[in-house]
Amino acid sequence: MKALAVTRLSHVFGRRQALQEVSLCVEAGSFTVLLGPNGAGKTTLISLITGLYAPQFGEIRIFRHDARREPLAALAELGVVFQAQTLDLDLSVMENLRYHAALRGLSRKDADTRIRIELDHLQLTDRSSDKVRTLSGGMRRRVEIARALIHEPRLLIVDEATAGLDVAARRLLLAYVRELCRSRQLGVLWATHLLDEIEPDDPLVLLHAGKIRWQGQAAAMTREEEDLSKAFLRLTEHSS
Amino acid sequence: MRLLHAFRALGGITRRECFKILNQRGRLASAIVRPLVWLGLFAAGFRSILGLSIIPPYETYILYEVYIVPGLAAMMLLFHGLQSSLSMVYDREMGSMRVLLTAPLPRWWLLTARLIANTLAVIPLVYLFLLLARFWNIRPPTLGYASALPALVLAGLMLGAFGLFISSLIRQLENFAGVMNFVIFPMFFASTALYPLWRLDDVNPLLGWLARLNPFTHAVELIRFSLYLQFAPVSALVCAALLLFFLGLAAWSYDPGRGFWAQRTVA
Repeated sequence: MKALAVTRLSHVFGRRQALQEVSLCVEAGSFTVLLGPNGAGKTTLISLITGLYAPQFGEIRIFRHDARREPLAALAELGVVFQAQTLDLDLSVMENLRYHAALRGLSRKDADTRIRIELDHLQLTDRSSDKVRTLSGGMRRRVEIARALIHEPRLLIVDEATAGLDVAARRLLLAYVRELCRSRQLGVLWATHLLDEIEPDDPLVLLHAGKIRWQGQAAAMTREEEDLSKAFLRLTEHSS
Repeated sequence: MRLLHAFRALGGITRRECFKILNQRGRLASAIVRPLVWLGLFAAGFRSILGLSIIPPYETYILYEVYIVPGLAAMMLLFHGLQSSLSMVYDREMGSMRVLLTAPLPRWWLLTARLIANTLAVIPLVYLFLLLARFWNIRPPTLGYASALPALVLAGLMLGAFGLFISSLIRQLENFAGVMNFVIFPMFFASTALYPLWRLDDVNPLLGWLARLNPFTHAVELIRFSLYLQFAPVSALVCAALLLFFLGLAAWSYDPGRGFWAQRTVA
């Protein structure tokens, strides 16, 4: 089943073409990598999928819900971790998560139960009453992952969540989200510019200058005696 | 939109705003101290210079301090409304606005909920000021405190909606100083907060008309009349109409397909 289907999506800001005829899909339970250098259009694409912008041309479907016609039903299926950190630094971890749960319509009791489960999975239970300001960058990202999962979405969008984290924190996050795909059949769209986050079996979409340059299984992107970084440069340099 | 979901979201947004205000001790203190400085220093100085005739809703001659208290209560609402719009711009720049706007609720409701939350968060502070003003012998009828509540809520919502609309016009946080100079101060001084309308007319009829057209004047008069157990129907109507107008503009501006939000470029 398709968790996300983007079809011929184009978007302009004034005269600047941010996205051009972008089509991609994310299957339920798959970890799909959206790879692209900085400025490729990843955040614009994610802003369109998450309803922050209305699509100008093309179509976005999230589990059969057309984002234009049924935006609220589409958003209800989504969990999002944004590129910028979006926690209230002076509120506790618990209050941040309760705020999100309320926005998603959860009762206080259900919210507290779900928050406890997610914090436990991400080993954050003992920090739940601490202010976010006192947490490390890696911990804040884990809180944001927990927040995106509280309402049990079926599609998770993660926009460069590991940027700026140390290797151990990145590995932990990545392993956790990959495990979610397997255990919860969660569809994940993982936007990144870091090649070492990609595994050979991952479905991969390479976005550059607003266009899709390549898509398929990650291992198939490389030619003979070429590693992923060379393939990435070949596909992005010639077309820029 | 499910009603229960909408009210839970309103509860969550209100709780967040209250926590944020309680955490910002400096803002909390200045919200109370600001009107007290006006009352204790400014009004005391003007008391001897400024004579006031009997004007509704007052039934006797009053001291200048008594006159400016409703204006100072409205000033608290105005500053808070504009500061909330500043925090909207801040949230937008910091990215936390995205959390709000990706909730599966209509944007107009999310903005309305934020507006209601902001207003509910400031009302206790206004009451604290009104109680402290009793030390200056400003003692409206006891029932006036209760009848002022709907007026404070309506005026607060209207000024908050104005702030919300202003926030949609500000592209960057740095531009906020301009709002203080070109919005808050002119609105405050060209109103009936500090001087009654007849005095403004006396000085310059144009100033009198500016005050009549100023939304802030209507917020002040609505509060003034209700505090003395009277109703100002024109001001109530103007505040209600402007609330809908500014909220409509703000909802239009924050719509994903229209207004400034659609024009905004992201990296």
